[in-house]
Amino acid sequence: MNDPILEMRGVSKSFFGIKALRAVDLTVYAGEVHALMGENGAGKSTLMKILSGAYRPDPGGEIRIEGKPVRIEGPLGGRAAGISIIYQELSLAPNLSVAENIYLGREVSRSGFLARGDMRVGVGPILERLGADFTPSTLVAHLSMGQRQLVEIARALHARSKILIMDEPTTALSAGESERLFALVRQLRAEGLAIIYISHRMDEVYALGDRVTVLRDGRLVGSLDKSDIRADSIVRMMVGRDVSSFYKKDHDPEAGKGHPVLTATDMSDGQRVKGCSLTVHAGEVVGLAGLIGAGRTELAHLIIGAAPKISGRVELEGCPIDIRTPGEALEVGIAYLTEDRKALGLFLDMSCQDNINLAVLGRDAKLGWFLDRDKARERADRAFAGLSIRAANAGVPAGGLSGGNQQKVLLSRLLAIGPKVLILDEPTRGVDVGAKSEIYSIIDNLAKAGTAILIISSDLPEIIGICDRVIVMRLGHVEGEIRRTATQPLTEEDIMALATGMEHLDA
Amino acid sequence: MPDQGSSPAKAATANGLAAAQETKRQRVRLLIQAAGMLPVLLLLCAGFHYLSDGRFFTGQNLGIVLQQAAVNTVLAAGMTFVILTGGIDLSVGSILAASAMAGLTLSKLPELGALWLPAAVLTGLGFGVVNGALIALLRLPPFIVTLGSLTAVRGLARLLGADTTVFNPSIPYAFIGNGSLTLIPGVISIPWLSVIALLVILVSWLVLRRTVLGVHIYAVGGNESAARLAGIKVWAVLIFVYGVSGLFAGLGGAMQAARLYAANGLQLGQSYELDAITAVILGGTSFVGGIGSIWGTLVGALIIAVLSNGLILVGVSDIWQYVIKGLVIIGAVALDRYRLQGSART
Repeated sequence: MNDPILEMRGVSKSFFGIKALRAVDLTVYAGEVHALMGENGAGKSTLMKILSGAYRPDPGGEIRIEGKPVRIEGPLGGRAAGISIIYQELSLAPNLSVAENIYLGREVSRSGFLARGDMRVGVGPILERLGADFTPSTLVAHLSMGQRQLVEIARALHARSKILIMDEPTTALSAGESERLFALVRQLRAEGLAIIYISHRMDEVYALGDRVTVLRDGRLVGSLDKSDIRADSIVRMMVGRDVSSFYKKDHDPEAGKGHPVLTATDMSDGQRVKGCSLTVHAGEVVGLAGLIGAGRTELAHLIIGAAPKISGRVELEGCPIDIRTPGEALEVGIAYLTEDRKALGLFLDMSCQDNINLAVLGRDAKLGWFLDRDKARERADRAFAGLSIRAANAGVPAGGLSGGNQQKVLLSRLLAIGPKVLILDEPTRGVDVGAKSEIYSIIDNLAKAGTAILIISSDLPEIIGICDRVIVMRLGHVEGEIRRTATQPLTEEDIMALATGMEHLDA
Repeated sequence: MPDQGSSPAKAATANGLAAAQETKRQRVRLLIQAAGMLPVLLLLCAGFHYLSDGRFFTGQNLGIVLQQAAVNTVLAAGMTFVILTGGIDLSVGSILAASAMAGLTLSKLPELGALWLPAAVLTGLGFGVVNGALIALLRLPPFIVTLGSLTAVRGLARLLGADTTVFNPSIPYAFIGNGSLTLIPGVISIPWLSVIALLVILVSWLVLRRTVLGVHIYAVGGNESAARLAGIKVWAVLIFVYGVSGLFAGLGGAMQAARLYAANGLQLGQSYELDAITAVILGGTSFVGGIGSIWGTLVGALIIAVLSNGLILVGVSDIWQYVIKGLVIIGAVALDRYRLQGSART
């Protein structure tokens, strides 16, 4: 093979002492599609942001482009080095035309005046080469997601980029649009571009990848050539971790034998959730696994009425219920812990006491209106003691607490209503190890007391550690279900196989 | 946690001391936050007293200040509810005018004259609820909705009097406009307008701090998405706060009508919304919602009244009064930004 167009040697990146990347090597050649794979948080995005100039790598590593060492600094640095990135959430200005977007930052002017005509003519050949079915003067707002991606690619080509990085490019595309994108990627490869293709989807990697590099926990696990790409070996490279004894759940073989508490059937929102059904029994801890974007949070939002559903039925303890708002869900005893506690959960300026009592203020109120402050203080104190929340007192604003303690405050609010069903969305995200283990024991105790628990988590060891059963979602569907049995424990390999859709391919 | 060293008792004491110090520091910080602009108010009073050769702190002058502050205090109380949810109500001046016009018009009818007061207040409530419904149910931005009603309701106010000034020298309950409540005969009496303003502040405090609805108002302002997920009926809270703002504007209209025995749909209440907003912001309520107190609003309204009164006493021309008051508004918002830096929200 010829000389590599991009070589990264020993590139590391740490944030506040936490290593996001540890001495990663990556070699990419012109005219190849290089797939980059890894679990959520494996370091793919960090690596990419270093290449684009958004992050500066730790000293010690080296990046060479066409054999010459380069320093990529600032967003313009990546482009100057010949690297273009197409992000998951596209970075186009919808209020500008296609031509203006392609020229963004490098506008053509004639004696100080914008030369729109020249710009339109300039992008014509590129759009034609890409087979675009829109004109340079079209407003980006009027384009479909697939067409917008084409504009992004045109922008990269126009900047004469030699390396094109695509981050999960098919996430927002329809099947037809994805096919067209694949054809385009092959065309660009034939034209000699190096394409780094980040994807979770095995079928795409099979279809496009000339080589695959796998990252795990910020480390390079290895690279495979096309002939060696096999689903099972990639999955083993992606997970392959020890499950520590950190998860202290007493697995009860009887779990799941209780009566069904929550049954959701054929839930759809018309976009991200496509006909999902699931059941959670009393005393059972069910994991909802899947890759980011699989539709897990969206499904939870449908169940609690935080988003409008176009189809689906929810039954609570066998009775059909019609939930239209999160308030109604709370009233019947379905509590949802959001994955984004700062934006969607807590009131950071309000006291812990108010945060904890918020859902039951009406129930506790005197004469239906007036706050029962003694009861509120008692409840807050009980929560502080019971969940060992560490703060000066219950009167301090919730915003001042650590992540773990904030999570416990939010959890206390849900527990105050005495829920029958508890849906926890990433309950230990951004929580320190100590609080994590405390949250696990709270979950375990609730399950023992008969609460039906559904846990959405991207942390596979966590799912395996605390769940009796795992439902795996992929692309808005329930892809499959894995039950823990006395003889057969849950494995990350099985879950990842379902989550990435490899079952289809190896079968 | 105290370290498990050789002298755990000593460590525990040190730890306790540190905790006590921390609590003390927190208390001081809270006190500064709560006291807010109160020191500024007192300084202003003292300064004007000195500059006006002792003419500020007289029973008569203080009565004037209180009376002048009354209507703005009532409007600012309603505005506090709105701004606590992160909204704004630009229409209070127009609603005040329309309510006063409606009240005065009714007061001239012989049989229904006595009903003019509730009619004025209910007129305000009606406009406020319409504002709230547009904002909560159609999800229109509060600034746009109330900017629209600022103009539309002003037009209605002019329409009510056929664009003339409506007089009623024998309006019922005229005492609330010009009478005083005598506490100690010959020594202390308080204008009825001020008594009403104080009652409004007390009721507002009760609702904001002692009811479920109050917590919900703070929650909606603090984090609307979280409030929705927590099961709060955000739409109901929004309709309520704009309703309250309209109701208090209607009350303000009644107070003005009783004081002047007259109302003019074009002139009455012009740019009152600005004074009300200024009072709320001066009082430390954050423009983004979720933080603030009604007592701060009272202090803010008093600062504005003292400023107007004091500048006249000192003999500053009314042109310069505008400049100074404008600068006070900017200074207050700068203060708001500065205060937010220390808050949990980043």
